[in-house]
Amino acid sequence: MNGSTAFSAAPRHAASTTPVLEVEDLSVRFTRRGEAGTQAVDGVSFSVAPGETIGLVGESGCGKSVTSLAVMGLLPKRGVQVAGSVRLDGQELLGAGDRALRKLRGADMAMVFQDPLSSLNPTVTIGVQVTEVLKEHRGMSGKEATEEAADLLDRVGIPDPRRRLGEYPHQLSGGMRQRALIAMALACSPRLLIADEPTTALDVTIQAQILELLRELVQGSGTALVMITHDLGVVAGLCDRVHVMYAGRIIETADRGDLFARPRHPYTGGLLASVPRLDTTRGTPLTPIRGSARDAIPWAQGCAFAPRCDSGRDDCLTEVAGSTVPLESDGAGRELRCRHPLTVPPVAGSPTTPGADR
Amino acid sequence: MTTEPTSPASGPLLQVQGLQVHFPIRRGLFVDRTVGHVRAVDGVDLSIDRGTTYGLVGESGCGKSTLGRAILRLTEPTAGKVLFDGTDVASLKPEPMRHMRRRMQMVFQDPLGSLDPRQDVESLLAEPLHAHGLGGDKPAIARRLRELLDAVGLPEAALRRYPHEFSGGQRQRIGIARAITVEPDLLIADEPVSALDVSVQAQVLNLLEELQERLGLTYLVIAHDLAVVRHISDVVGVMYLGSLVEQAPADALYEAPLHPYTRALMSAVPVPDPVLEDSRERILLSGDLPSPANPPSGCRFHTRCPWRQETRCDDEVPVLRELAPLHLVSCHWAEDIRDGRLLPKSADEVAAIQGVSVGPTGADQPVDSMIGGVDEPVEFR
Repeated sequence: MNGSTAFSAAPRHAASTTPVLEVEDLSVRFTRRGEAGTQAVDGVSFSVAPGETIGLVGESGCGKSVTSLAVMGLLPKRGVQVAGSVRLDGQELLGAGDRALRKLRGADMAMVFQDPLSSLNPTVTIGVQVTEVLKEHRGMSGKEATEEAADLLDRVGIPDPRRRLGEYPHQLSGGMRQRALIAMALACSPRLLIADEPTTALDVTIQAQILELLRELVQGSGTALVMITHDLGVVAGLCDRVHVMYAGRIIETADRGDLFARPRHPYTGGLLASVPRLDTTRGTPLTPIRGSARDAIPWAQGCAFAPRCDSGRDDCLTEVAGSTVPLESDGAGRELRCRHPLTVPPVAGSPTTPGADR
Repeated sequence: MTTEPTSPASGPLLQVQGLQVHFPIRRGLFVDRTVGHVRAVDGVDLSIDRGTTYGLVGESGCGKSTLGRAILRLTEPTAGKVLFDGTDVASLKPEPMRHMRRRMQMVFQDPLGSLDPRQDVESLLAEPLHAHGLGGDKPAIARRLRELLDAVGLPEAALRRYPHEFSGGQRQRIGIARAITVEPDLLIADEPVSALDVSVQAQVLNLLEELQERLGLTYLVIAHDLAVVRHISDVVGVMYLGSLVEQAPADALYEAPLHPYTRALMSAVPVPDPVLEDSRERILLSGDLPSPANPPSGCRFHTRCPWRQETRCDDEVPVLRELAPLHLVSCHWAEDIRDGRLLPKSADEVAAIQGVSVGPTGADQPVDSMIGGVDEPVEFR
């Protein structure tokens, strides 16, 4: 895409209501000869509009990263079965050829990974890595690309960008590396940015800088942002809509304010109750969720969270109820996969005003 | 349990006085020249009362882990005293030190990395007992191990299993069980929950609190997560570039942080509450942590401080002062900042005033090329 300037306003598509990304019934299954397959992602659907930030939240192993890799077409071909539909601006990505995907990645959709050191090439200078994108997708000459790269680094807040271009990744601090990665991801003003735990490896003060940067980018350029994180605090500050995942499926979807004020799924409620908070006094007891994510049962047998759930009853199991637990609409703009949802916020004195509008 | 018969019954269990840990920066292929020092810990004083929890927070590279290791002498301190129950640990000979270690144990961040993959849980837990000649005969040891597993909430069947067979939370429970096997008085926990999922974090935090209540343990909890530290600590110390910048009872610190760095740190922590997230003020810091090999002059925070003043900050090293009862701060202007007489500048302004000197770790200095090499001792992962 030959976007005029990176991050400039005025998204190309004026009708901002059509989603940039539509994921429908996405399933990813890892298979290995001689072993039973693992269903990492199981019928996940969501969409992102321009300028919108959605969050995929869950603990390790819930399938949030695999979802993002499937969207980007970065999963290996062997031993992986991907089904469903992923559309970027209406164009189907699943089953698209390598060449077509290469054209899109970096230009129309980009990704920022968790660990900036392992996603940068240690043997090549930052300058070469940033200009590569510009030469490939925007057809710039070496000199133009260098100019533009310095400009990009400057915009993501890297001081003295010209000197940085000649440096190697190990010479930059963690926060700087993550900024460089974000600069690369935004080089062609992509319509979609997927950030997979972009701040998990960083210190809180640096995290605050990076989150502020992402916030500005989304507001300034109308980029659709998919934020993958386990940190509920990050979600509360950044995301418009939140999808909570457990064992490969979305179990609750809600707007940010609703979700934190009135969590409906016992898992969401449990997560909120188990996070220590800055604004509670010492000795406020934490209410952890029993067991660990390993205790999940297959969705075909019933609600995967049932073995850890305090509100679970017999009909959470397929055997008793005769059907699996569906993801159903639960009031305006909310979806829920639970037969016995929470009715009151379980965290005393937290999620403040209910129905906080935004 | 809180008082030892042999000890001076009152007074703090652990006192650290002027502790310094400097790592030499070496250069040269044949001649090993020392060209400088990384001041990982540079003069820290703290004291922990019996049965209480001291929380140490700071960002990576601030020296908090090194401080914890220096107290146990897993890293030799360069200078200073570590008084454990009245004895100066820092000057003990190896054998008395080994005996002393029975009373001070450590829980590490990464339970998989700190448990021997070839030992089953039984031998992992029995090893400290054998090492210190405790526990008595076989049946007595077996009984003790069952007690331990019970205390940390693991099934008895766990004894025959190996570390890789457990989940992260269970492994951390094994790590904790191993530390309390020898009935220590002091437990140093270095990032005990940061490798765990949130739902499991809460389980381990609750376990730590329960054990403290039951066994009368004294904790030094080192963490980067302010919410975790706040939850578990009685007193909190904030470290920046090798020194304490603020120390106060947990509630007082979180209600009214006085040091600019503490304020910035606390405003940067995301809170899982959208209403609060939208309304609260954020203090963004400019740049990164400066290099501990070449710390800034005067107040070490002045290169990033939104409240920096023209006088004193750049050239005069602030000392810890008691501003409120038990509330220590090392900032020249703490009173003025507290009373709102000084107003913060934005991150961009600070960056502009400081010019290139706010660059990331060491990048501007000629010692630059060595930073990669000295990074390791600064921060033990």
